[in-house]
Amino acid sequence: MMSDISTPHPSHPRWTWHLGVTGFVVIWWLVYRQLVPLSEWLVAQLPVDRASHTGEALAFFFYDVPKVMMLLTLIVFAMGVVRSFFSPEKTRAVLSGRREGVGNILAAGLGVLTPFCSCSAVPLFIGFVSAGVPLGVTFSFLIAAPMVNEVALVLLFGLVGWQVAVTYLAFGLGIAILAGFVIGKLRLEGWLQDWVRDIHSGANTPVMPEGERLTMADRYQLGIEAVREIFSKVWIWIIAGIAMGALIHGYVPEDLMARIMGADAWWSVPAAVAMGIPMYTNAAGVIPIVEALLGKGAALGTVLAFMMSVIALSLPEMIILRQVLTLRLIAVFIATVASGILAVGFLFNLIF
Amino acid sequence: MKTVKVYGPGCKRCDMTAEMIREAADRLSVEVVIEKVSDPREIAVAGVMSTPGIAVDGKLVHAGGLPDKAKLEEWLAA
Repeated sequence: MMSDISTPHPSHPRWTWHLGVTGFVVIWWLVYRQLVPLSEWLVAQLPVDRASHTGEALAFFFYDVPKVMMLLTLIVFAMGVVRSFFSPEKTRAVLSGRREGVGNILAAGLGVLTPFCSCSAVPLFIGFVSAGVPLGVTFSFLIAAPMVNEVALVLLFGLVGWQVAVTYLAFGLGIAILAGFVIGKLRLEGWLQDWVRDIHSGANTPVMPEGERLTMADRYQLGIEAVREIFSKVWIWIIAGIAMGALIHGYVPEDLMARIMGADAWWSVPAAVAMGIPMYTNAAGVIPIVEALLGKGAALGTVLAFMMSVIALSLPEMIILRQVLTLRLIAVFIATVASGILAVGFLFNLIF
Repeated sequence: MKTVKVYGPGCKRCDMTAEMIREAADRLSVEVVIEKVSDPREIAVAGVMSTPGIAVDGKLVHAGGLPDKAKLEEWLAA
């Protein structure tokens, strides 16, 4: 009756999995260290002058694409394994009835670690609110989940540097915590759509059956699954983004970006945030552009503000959330998060 | 006959899940009625927080991601 092998029940003994994963990491490391000579060799094979604009752009492209792909594979796999220890149901249980403050901090952290897809934003939102998770705490989760994600962090780490990646992580979490805290303090529960409040008061949601315990091999497979899924979604964005970055890298004059997006132009931060809101792309598409802009003298704060605004405030997500939030509440949400991003932008331009 | 509800806002994975249920039912020759639920209110009331969710004869058996084929057959056969 059953012809195909079901995926999450591997028949290999556990040690072959540990061995396989270890072997993979070792090979990964060996190849990763050879990327610079490999890319230079590739460009040397092409009939272009290495020192020309084209040569410059090509070298950038051939080095960055494999580097980013390799980093993504490793980190997305690791995050897939880590996330298998978390679930929206467990997170809800941790957060329900939490007070603001501690609740916001927990929610932002769990937003990063809990498996989450923006297509489930509405059911998750209702699930949280109806189980007594305060509105502000729920928002901390919903802001952190898309903004601080492993794809953004890997790309920042790989293309811009670890300092910027760590800073992004810290400030992304900071904005999620603060914006959620502010929304909680404003007591806007009345601004939910009526029907959401009804579910809220008569909360009697069934609990999902406790899943059977996963073995480590199951978790590895979930990690592989995560890699496959992320790649099928973002590979085109990465290549397009890096190609775009390579073009800027090779052709756009230094001082142009410094003039438009430099630290001296105070209006550049709000302009970057405003531009970012309607833009809809994922972290993968925007970061290679970010790197190239930085390389050409755009100010770090401006670029980070642009990136955060593109990732955290997206029009399609607002349209999805419109089903549960009134327009007024959405406006407050956008205003709060945008102010946080603005503050980060200005702060960075001031410091760096 | 079993009634299977697939909870999801109409994303690609929800369609794939419905397709998988159909195939599993055919393999087991179990008669099923598959109902796709995309209303956020109904999804929420069913207690589904990550989509797609699956309920067999009113009992929630799965939430979040594509279901495992072997498990799917288990639920349908039960």
